[in-house]
Amino acid sequence: MSLMLMLGISLTVAAGVLLALSRDLFRLIVGLAVLGSATNLIVFMAARPGSLIPPLVEAGTQQLSTAAANPLPQALVLTAIVIGFALLCFALVLGAWLAGNSAGDADQLRDAEPAATDAVKPPVLEP
Amino acid sequence: MLVLSPLLVPLITALLTALLARHAAMQTRVSVLGAATQLIFAAMLLIDVLQGGRQSVALGNWPLPYAIEFAADALSAAMVLIAALLGFATVLFGRHWNETGMGMPGLQPLLHGLLAATAAVFLAADLFNLYVWFELMLISVLGLLVLGGKRRHGDAAFKYFAVSMLGTLLMLGAVGMIYGATGHLNFSALRAASIQPGLAGALPAYIGLLLLAVLLKAGAFPLFAWLPASYHTLPAPLLALVGGLLTKVAAYVLLRLLADVFVATPGVLIEALGWLALATMLSGVLGAAYHWDLRRILAFHIVSQIGYLLFGIALATPAGAAGTVFFLLHNILVKAALFLIAGLMWASAGHYDLRRIGGLYLARPLLAVLFLVSAFSLVGVPPTTGFWGKFLLLREAFDQGRYVWGGVALAVGLLTLYSMSKIWVEGFWKPHPMQQPDHGPAQLRPAATALPATAYTAVMLLSLVILIMGIFPDPFIRYVDAATARFWTGALR
Amino acid sequence: MPRSALLTQAARPLYWLMLAAAVWILLRGHNAPGGGFIGGLVAVAGSSLLAITLGPAVARRLQPLAPLPLAMSGVGLALLAGLAGVATGMPFLTHVWTDMGLSTVMLFDVGVFLAVWGALTGYVFALLDNGRQTP
Repeated sequence: MSLMLMLGISLTVAAGVLLALSRDLFRLIVGLAVLGSATNLIVFMAARPGSLIPPLVEAGTQQLSTAAANPLPQALVLTAIVIGFALLCFALVLGAWLAGNSAGDADQLRDAEPAATDAVKPPVLEP
Repeated sequence: MLVLSPLLVPLITALLTALLARHAAMQTRVSVLGAATQLIFAAMLLIDVLQGGRQSVALGNWPLPYAIEFAADALSAAMVLIAALLGFATVLFGRHWNETGMGMPGLQPLLHGLLAATAAVFLAADLFNLYVWFELMLISVLGLLVLGGKRRHGDAAFKYFAVSMLGTLLMLGAVGMIYGATGHLNFSALRAASIQPGLAGALPAYIGLLLLAVLLKAGAFPLFAWLPASYHTLPAPLLALVGGLLTKVAAYVLLRLLADVFVATPGVLIEALGWLALATMLSGVLGAAYHWDLRRILAFHIVSQIGYLLFGIALATPAGAAGTVFFLLHNILVKAALFLIAGLMWASAGHYDLRRIGGLYLARPLLAVLFLVSAFSLVGVPPTTGFWGKFLLLREAFDQGRYVWGGVALAVGLLTLYSMSKIWVEGFWKPHPMQQPDHGPAQLRPAATALPATAYTAVMLLSLVILIMGIFPDPFIRYVDAATARFWTGALR
Repeated sequence: MPRSALLTQAARPLYWLMLAAAVWILLRGHNAPGGGFIGGLVAVAGSSLLAITLGPAVARRLQPLAPLPLAMSGVGLALLAGLAGVATGMPFLTHVWTDMGLSTVMLFDVGVFLAVWGALTGYVFALLDNGRQTP
């Protein structure tokens, strides 16, 4: 079971890295999203999921049953998903905006960089 | 409850300013008021901590170590206060500031969201909570980066996003594995758990991963390329806030994690950190020496100053930690003041590029004086804050026999002097390039009007604090000594 | 793009149905799997359905508030829920129950619901406007 999950996670990481290395902005975003899912799985696995009983306090009792799953990893992963989701949504809107402004490829992201001809010495300015 | 106030007040301010998005004047007023309130609460928290020691609150009244804990010790309280001071100064500065990216309805909510998240990172006493607020900080900055709406802003924001997302994932993975190995997330519980001998094999690897993530966010060598690629697209007040705070928050996290939580971190990681610090210092200052754009010069100096902070952390003693904290407080203020002054230079002379401006010494003498205060502080001329910060760090380095580290740090100080003199000579002394010879007084940008008084007030406020900290460093040094006395020793609070 | 007549006709009823389901999931989360976040996501799915078939303008009109104020009021409700505990002298976010089965937990969950609904529909509408207005 653990071995299968480990293989699955490794494959997901590999797919994510491959996509994230692309120069196409949307592939990059999807790659980071896939990497994010892999990371969430890693967190979930690292916290050793055991029981499959939902961690809810039964009616009439005051304590969680000892057979129930550990709620903490679930809370951690849910929070991580929300954060990853927010970043991903932002990136998608930004990517769409950039693509709409003819900068859908990483090579075209040059607007915030100094001009390639920038000399070390200051040029003589025209009056 | 006071512990949470520096976090709740800006959150409420962010809410109010978002709801007032259509009423620009009212929104700005609420924003200034909110920032002032946060400053007052932060000062009250500091006084409280000075009198009563560490204050902590466990959310939801859950038992520790399982509750989400927020705690303020002397270090956190000082960081929160300085961040609130910077927040107030930037909000004040931005009040009548007109530059691409200012005046958007989303600016004030995002700015206060950033302040809330920063305060929360300083106060978090729980690894996962730290991660969450760190990400909220990055989300706010991403929002601020795109406000300008030009292609360069999208470009900068995307690069920032891609790199910080990678850092986020590394951090999350590391936090998850540390939880898996120790079963804890709370700092106190982690400190106790991390010295168990059974963990000596796996834990250092996870801590290394966590360090990598934090170093990426701090802008350490060789992972700093995102910083000068994105920061300079922000308008001056936001640049001061983001450039002054963000990477320093990461440095604080690093200090907290290494010196206070994972005290059993193997020496090889710390040694590596020291050499990385030297590379960071050098690459930052050399990058700055190449550039002519004021904002890029200062952005590269952020990297260089982060090097000093990492260097102080790598000294791995309470004295080194004290120097680091002093330097941290000094650097947040000085860096922000310099960015704000760069903004005023832009507004007076019409350009951020040093080759296209000049004559500011004659035209704006007060600005020249304010620049000198901050520039001397950044270089470390006695008796300024930078001098005391570097003095504390170097004394400890030479005491430890780290002559190479200390020597490089001194050389970097000289190169910093070079950059600052470049700004001084090019921006202030040389005549404006558009000025005709023998053509009356120094010429400024054609439509240069009087600078907003609020902007000057904000810079003077920061400069005043820098001067006080430089001329009367004793109480501040005593404070940081006390704040870090138990660091690196594994002693409990 | 040719519109599907069936989808255009079905979009509004489906939207209300999905909203009802979202609210049911939100309330169910009180003592069974479910909750504000998941409910909010279902509501976002409903709004997105409307926005894709009939345009973002229609979807905006059928929301109680514009996306940003909606999200902010959600965060505000969650904050209020946290502060209610402080009013009783307990730490922030300590939850308070009343005898009628109402509680600040519920208030917090409604806040999460609204925050998710507002924030994500904001993104969806921005994307459908072809990213012309950044959020």
